[in-house]
Amino acid sequence: MSDWWKYHISDFLLFSPRTYYRMIERHNEAVWPGQLATLALGVVILVLLYRPAPERRRIIATVVAVLWAFVAGAFLWRRYASINWAATYFAWLFAIEALLLARLNFRLSRDFVGRAGVGLFVFSLAVYPLLAPLLGRGWRQAEVFGVAPDPTVLATLGLLLLAEQPPRWWTLVVPLAWCLMSGALLWAMGAPEVWIIVTAAILVLGAPRIRRSDAPSATGA
Amino acid sequence: MAAGAAAVMLRRVPPALTRATPVTKPIPSSGEKIPVVGLGSWITFNVGDDPELRDECAAVMRAFFQEGGRLIDSSPMYGSSQGVIGYGLAKLGRPATLFSATKVWISSGSRGPQQIEESRTLWGVPRFDLLQVHNLLDWEDHLPVLFGMKAEGRVRYVGVTTSEGRRHGEMEKIMRSQPIDFVQVTYNALDREVEERILPLAQERRIAVIANRPFRQGALIRQFERHGLPAWAAEAGAASWAQFLLKFIVSHPAITCAIPATSKVAHVVENLRAAGEPLPDAMLRRRMAAYVESL
Repeated sequence: MSDWWKYHISDFLLFSPRTYYRMIERHNEAVWPGQLATLALGVVILVLLYRPAPERRRIIATVVAVLWAFVAGAFLWRRYASINWAATYFAWLFAIEALLLARLNFRLSRDFVGRAGVGLFVFSLAVYPLLAPLLGRGWRQAEVFGVAPDPTVLATLGLLLLAEQPPRWWTLVVPLAWCLMSGALLWAMGAPEVWIIVTAAILVLGAPRIRRSDAPSATGA
Repeated sequence: MAAGAAAVMLRRVPPALTRATPVTKPIPSSGEKIPVVGLGSWITFNVGDDPELRDECAAVMRAFFQEGGRLIDSSPMYGSSQGVIGYGLAKLGRPATLFSATKVWISSGSRGPQQIEESRTLWGVPRFDLLQVHNLLDWEDHLPVLFGMKAEGRVRYVGVTTSEGRRHGEMEKIMRSQPIDFVQVTYNALDREVEERILPLAQERRIAVIANRPFRQGALIRQFERHGLPAWAAEAGAASWAQFLLKFIVSHPAITCAIPATSKVAHVVENLRAAGEPLPDAMLRRRMAAYVESL
């Protein structure tokens, strides 16, 4: 197996962009109007973050875990696995991540990293669904938090960033593995969203260093 | 009057765009002839359970058979492609002219038969015409199983595949030591490494050769189409870049069949018509290669 250097990212793209985005469209049609519910849940998470109380933080963790489990079953397992065999494995990984996230305690940090986390969460919730129409694919192919994996993973990375306590490394494995696979496929498809995935991953990986250098000005809530 | 007008119109259509019987070449190990252009399914047929896209693939297959095509190639690695081919074959009434070619792609020799049976169910065929070891994965375990199936009449031909120039040394070793009927390699106007050793060896060992990635997933056509076709392309019967590139490939004496993949009916028709006469001779092939390299 000395010829691995001859592989390109595009060699791992198993489907055409048209097939992928039509799959998103058909998934959106299947779960409609569930998108409104998941977006509302995103807003609830945001509100609860700024009104911290132990039971509210448990609600955030539960909501995020349920959405990961939903994406695992309804999208990865039931739909995406038909065109990408790797999605079958990711369905299981997403289910495991749902269990890990359900145990977390999201408590807002107001330092730079925390603010970046909030920004990433809000971006995933409010801006990411707009990318499809802005890029000419139309509303029907919009990728929505809690329904499609990319905005769900990005929003979760935002939540892990904004937490006062640095996220445990094991909570980051699945989201970052997803960033690697989805980023590679988006790159191969020529989709500009790849830069959002890459930026979020770099931000998460660099957060501990930024936090250390930013420590004197940090004012945890 | 109407017939005369139609004749005038037909004369205006370049020969390579009119329907022609595809040139066939013999499989060296049996003498059975197959058309020199087949149909690949990498990416294009992996459309999942999307009914609209499945019907588009079936339409491509219908045009493929109508134009005289026979060999369809797939693999368990290609996601839903095998199921989509099965859907198309059922919709078309299971054309008797089909030459079914798929692969075994699993890193455990003992699980190969199960995977082959799953593929056969997806295609809905009684048996495969050709089974190949995909990318030489675990070929030491798979080939004895495939030879056994061939001896029992459960498959007609056995082969191995690679792509993009990988593991040619190992492929040579297999070609010299194993009684295979087919090899599948990447060969096109720019990827010509196989001309040095693999293709001569295939001729020497009487092994059929399937050329994959004839257009590098369309990249070659996109790269060349901003340049005009040379006027002398008509001598090769090529009316488009796709036909120019395909005719170059299938006119190599060692190449049995090229397998371009497409999701468009117009493209599959164009590809099959590239399989018609005339095909370039050795001198014209050298001119074609030099022209492409100069661009």
